[in-house]
Amino acid sequence: MNLALDWSFYNWDLISNFVLKGLGFSLVLTLIATVGGIFFGTLLALMRLSGQKWLDLPATIYVNGMRSIPLVMVILWFFLLVPMIIGRPIGAEISAIITFTAFEAAYFSEIMRAGIQSIPRGQVFAGQALGMSYGQNMRLVVLPQAFRNMLPVLLTQTIILFQDTSLVYAIGAYDMLKGFEVAGKNYGRPVEAYLAAAVLYFVMCYGLSWIVKRIHKKIAIIR
Amino acid sequence: MAWDWQMFCEDTLERTAVPGCFGKDGDITYLDWMLSAWGWTVSVSLLALLLALASGMIVGVLRTLPNNPWAVRFGNAWVEFFRNIPLLVQIFLWYHVIPAIFPALKSVSGFILVVLALGFFTSARIAEQVRSGIEALPRGQRHAAMAMGFTTWQVYRYVLLPNALRIIIPPLTSETMNIFKNSSVAFAVSVAELTMYAMQVQEETGRGVEVYLAVTGLYIISAFAINRIMAWVEKRSRVPGLAAPSAAGGH
Repeated sequence: MNLALDWSFYNWDLISNFVLKGLGFSLVLTLIATVGGIFFGTLLALMRLSGQKWLDLPATIYVNGMRSIPLVMVILWFFLLVPMIIGRPIGAEISAIITFTAFEAAYFSEIMRAGIQSIPRGQVFAGQALGMSYGQNMRLVVLPQAFRNMLPVLLTQTIILFQDTSLVYAIGAYDMLKGFEVAGKNYGRPVEAYLAAAVLYFVMCYGLSWIVKRIHKKIAIIR
Repeated sequence: MAWDWQMFCEDTLERTAVPGCFGKDGDITYLDWMLSAWGWTVSVSLLALLLALASGMIVGVLRTLPNNPWAVRFGNAWVEFFRNIPLLVQIFLWYHVIPAIFPALKSVSGFILVVLALGFFTSARIAEQVRSGIEALPRGQRHAAMAMGFTTWQVYRYVLLPNALRIIIPPLTSETMNIFKNSSVAFAVSVAELTMYAMQVQEETGRGVEVYLAVTGLYIISAFAINRIMAWVEKRSRVPGLAAPSAAGGH
C-alpha cells in the first residue's frame, strides 16, 4: 500500500480556476432542475389525479417512460434531439438544464402524487363546501399541505439530483467533477483530483442529508 | 427525416450491408455489436447485483445486531459512505485511485472495477432495505427465537431473515431495476456496454435516433424482464396462509 499524495496540488489555484466554475454549474443545474422539476412534476401529478383519461394517460406514459430509462441515455437523447428540433446547436450546459428539468419532473411527480393523496378527502370536500374552485382548492388547501408533508422526500430527491449532475460528463458539460478532472489532467495528478472530488461530494451530500433529517424531526413534531 | 434501420445490418469495418444481418467469419455487424453490448450490460448488472445482495445483507444485519454498537457504527458508516458519493465518482475512485494505492490492482480489468463500484454503491441501499425489513418485524419474533435457545446466527438465519427478506422483495425489485439503469455509467471507463455502444455508434454512423431507439428499447425490455422475474420470485417465496406483508402494513 502506498499513497503519497502531492498535497501541493490542493491550493487556491485549483479552487479558483477549476472547481468554483464547475461547482457553480452543478449548483445552478441542481437548483433549476429542482424548481422546474417540482413545478412540472406537480402539473404531471395533477394530470394523473384528474380522473380524465386524456390527461392521465399521456402523463402516465411520460412518467413511467422517463423512470425506466437510464439518466445517461436521457441526457444523450436530449443532446441529440433538442438541436434537431430547434434547428441549431445548443451548448452541453443548456442541454443538461433542459434534460434534468424534464427528467426530474417525472420523479418529483411521483412524490407530489403521494403527497396529494396523503391529504384526507374531507379537506377537498370542505374546500368545495366553502365554494372554492378547483384551482383555489389546490392552491390554498391541498398543495401547501402536500408540499409540507413531502418536504423531506423532496429534499432527499434533490440530494440525489445533485449527485446525478455528475452524469453530464457524458456530454462534456463543465460541472464540478469535470473541473476536478481537468485540473487533474493539467497537473498530472488524477489521484489527488478524484479523491478531492469524492471528499467534496461526500461532505456536501452528507451535510445536506443531516439537515434534511433535522427538518424531518421538526415537521414531525408540529404535525 | 428518413429512417435508416438498414445500418444495423452493416459491417462495422467496411460499412457494407451484410445479407442476413449477422456477420460471418469473425466480421461483425452493428446488430452483432449491439447484442454483445447488451450482454455486457446484463453481466455487469447481474454480477454487481450478486455483490450488492451479499454485502448489503451483511451490512444490513450488522446494523440491527443488539448490544454491538461498533457493528452498528460500522454499518452506518458503510451506508453513509457509499450513499453520499455519486456513482460516477465512485467508479473513478475504483479506476484511478484504488490502483494507485494498491499497485497489484493495476492489471484488473475495467469490467471488474465497474462491478465492484456498482455492487458496493448498491449495497448501501440494500443494507438500508434489509435493516428496515428486520426492524419492521415484531420484536417478539427475536425474543421468541432467543427464548428457544437459538444463537444470534440461528436467530437471523431461521427467524428474522426469512421474514424480513420476503417483506423487502418489492423495494429489492426496484433496486434491481436501478442496477440495470445505473450500469450505463460504466461508459465512463469504456466498458463496452449499451450506453458506450450508443455513444460510439452514433458518432460512427450518424444514425443517432435509430441507435438510441434500439438501445432504449433494450433497456426497457431488460427492466420489464426483471419486473416479471421478481414478481415470480415473490409469488414462489410467499408463505401459504400468511397475508401479503404490504397489506399488513409491514408488521
